Amino acid sequence: MPAARDEVQALDISKSFGSFVANDGVSLRLRRGEIHAVLGENGAGKTTLMNILSGLYSPDAGDLTVWGERVQFRSPRDAVLRGIGMVHQHFQLVEVLSALDNVLLGVPAGGLRLRRGEAVARLRAIGRANGIDIDPDVPVWQLSIGQRQKLEILKLLYHGAELLLLDEPTSVLTPQEADELYRTLRGLADGGKAVVFITHKLHEVMAAADRITVLRRGRVVAALPASETTLDELGTLMVGSRPAALRPRQATAPGRSILRAEGVAAAGDRGHAALDGLDLDVRAGEIFGIIGVAGNGQPELAEVLAGLRRASRGRILLDGTDISRWSPLRRMRAGLRFVPEDRMGMGMVMPLDIPDNMMLRDFRDPPFVRRGLIDHGAARRRAEEAVAQYGVSHGGLGRPVRLLSGGNQQKLLLAREIWTDPKLLLVSQPTRGLDVAAARAVHDRLVALRDGGSAVLLVSEDLDEVLQLADRAAVMYGGRITGIWPAARFDRDGIGAAMGGGIPRAAA
Amino acid sequence: MNEAMLIGLLAATVSAATPLLLAGLGELVAERSGVLNLGLEGLMLTGAMTAVVVTASTGSVLGGIAAAVAVTMAMGAAFAFLTVTIRADHIVTGLAIVLVGDGLSQFFGKAFVGVNLQDRLAPLAIPVLRDLPVLGPVLFRQNVLVYFSLLAVPLVWLFLYRTRPGLALRAAGERPSAVDVAGWNVVRIRYLAVIFGAGMAGLAGAFLSVGYLGSWANGMTAGQGWIALALVIFAAWHPVRLLFGAYLFGFAYIMVFQAQVLGGVFQLVSVYLMQMAPYLLALLVLMLIAARSRGRGDGTPAALAVPYVREERT
Repeated sequence: MPAARDEVQALDISKSFGSFVANDGVSLRLRRGEIHAVLGENGAGKTTLMNILSGLYSPDAGDLTVWGERVQFRSPRDAVLRGIGMVHQHFQLVEVLSALDNVLLGVPAGGLRLRRGEAVARLRAIGRANGIDIDPDVPVWQLSIGQRQKLEILKLLYHGAELLLLDEPTSVLTPQEADELYRTLRGLADGGKAVVFITHKLHEVMAAADRITVLRRGRVVAALPASETTLDELGTLMVGSRPAALRPRQATAPGRSILRAEGVAAAGDRGHAALDGLDLDVRAGEIFGIIGVAGNGQPELAEVLAGLRRASRGRILLDGTDISRWSPLRRMRAGLRFVPEDRMGMGMVMPLDIPDNMMLRDFRDPPFVRRGLIDHGAARRRAEEAVAQYGVSHGGLGRPVRLLSGGNQQKLLLAREIWTDPKLLLVSQPTRGLDVAAARAVHDRLVALRDGGSAVLLVSEDLDEVLQLADRAAVMYGGRITGIWPAARFDRDGIGAAMGGGIPRAAA
Repeated sequence: MNEAMLIGLLAATVSAATPLLLAGLGELVAERSGVLNLGLEGLMLTGAMTAVVVTASTGSVLGGIAAAVAVTMAMGAAFAFLTVTIRADHIVTGLAIVLVGDGLSQFFGKAFVGVNLQDRLAPLAIPVLRDLPVLGPVLFRQNVLVYFSLLAVPLVWLFLYRTRPGLALRAAGERPSAVDVAGWNVVRIRYLAVIFGAGMAGLAGAFLSVGYLGSWANGMTAGQGWIALALVIFAAWHPVRLLFGAYLFGFAYIMVFQAQVLGGVFQLVSVYLMQMAPYLLALLVLMLIAARSRGRGDGTPAALAVPYVREERT
């Protein structure tokens, strides 16, 4: 039995937001020297639990015991002073400030003056001791995502964290960067720190954690050592039922070329070269998956194809016709449909109701226009069909779509675009933020569309999603496609290396 | 132009620049914390009126200035309550402050319109320095608010870039959640920044009335609050550049008056057109800044005028 002063314990923690119960009597026991994984689906209450441990939220009920002492955190500062630090899923860094200033911002106490000189020396020493090398003077916006995460960890260590909480730490990393992160975490645990990370990725839990706590709908359904469980068991615990077996892949004959991009280049928002001579060929009856780490030009590619961003060079062909200079409307009417990554900003208008959103793209055309006027009846019928066919749960068609869950919003978006029977459906990050059931429903729709003969271009940062769905997978790096793998030759390591900028081995 | 005229011109420039600098520095600090206070014009008017009323009633100029700062700080606190706590729209609230300040100052200042104060903030010549050629009379025979405004520039700079609370304040205007997570109180930072900014605007108003003109007139700030707002953008939210901007615009103001005195070609141009010059200059500068910074950042705090909500589920 480890001593209580080497443990952080949460006991019967409950927390609600309005009528939503995020944590319902959750207990957790964390020890020095251990890596603990908290596993659960989106909405299972993992982040809420971490926010309570880090002092950001105060629990409605339950006790926290930190290093043997009962505590009540009123703010994150209280937690920091007890040696608890958190790396948030969305990094809490100020981009215009230097790495050093970001570290100094979080110093829990100290005088009025910023003592940058002393701080640089200490920061370098801590970095060396933990194998984290970051230039203190460089502004954060110049750091890569992986480096920003390391900076977050360095920040916690600088502030004397003994318990490190990491929220979905690998969601933005390549598989290789993730391996490196877990090596760093193991080193920290071996040095006597307690480490907790939350995730929904089963294989990471098995590879990296010593102990596992599984959350489902705000409750703990299991707490067990990693050595005494299996992937299957964890999956069942997390979802509450046996996860479906891998989707059987039909051998579909690739049809004619539907979308071709030839040497496309385009500038990003900051004027940098976001797309840099990109070639692409998507055929009828296939799901073409583009996988890459964020920041390699994926949103720019989607925008250029949809006509929302100007290509400075190159040609885009839709079914043999050069559409490079076409307006977004003309592309859409020609059968190139787009489900954007930002469904709440670009995809739908949040304050409008379901019928209005269902005709948002096609309100100029029949059946939504009759004798020059908008036919709200047609929109309503369309909405009713979509809701029934796609199993959208809603509290009334006339309520604003912002009240729907992300999964239901995404189903409506897909319904709207698929209903037009597109030649090519371009989908970006279609399952980001969705729970397993909703993600599966989205995947089913994409597969059905493919089986119906349409071309589907899937842009994703989730390697598992691409490996599961795509007939061909392409890695996007630095604004180009750097390798293409057919489904029969999918190779996680090779693709992962290419995502990190390595030369692809099995490109075909 | 002889030396006496030059000295007169430059000394007048300092007087014209001082209220812009005071109000601008306060606004710069408030905006750096993430709060856009468009109400400077109203705060300056309130400060100018309060200073005159209290000075005339008590005979104490310093008392008048202190009252001006206290009243505008209270208005700043109200503004912070509306924008930071209740999260009302910064722009609408700011415009309301302009109208309220204008109305309040007209109402309470009514009896004092046209009254020439017996007591005014006297110039305070600084020994030795006052005898420097040109610079002496221009810079070192001014009143204490002028010295304060010039001293405030390095002080604000030191605070923002060399202290921990200054770092937290800048970060609050960029990424308030990061400041919150780091254990600072974003609400308190923004309240203090806004109250400081409002007090500085009040001080600017007090300078105009009891420090410079020695009287109160309705709407006497004549758009200087708006110019101070534009100057903050011109300065890219940096105190030292604000100093340059304030003096450039102060000079433009004075040139408008001087041009009429100088006569010559200037007499061909209508006085009213001439009086537009500083505002045209402001528009021109903003256009140049916008054109130059296209695609890059122009220094705008990323979270400017964005309310911060902590316990929101994401």
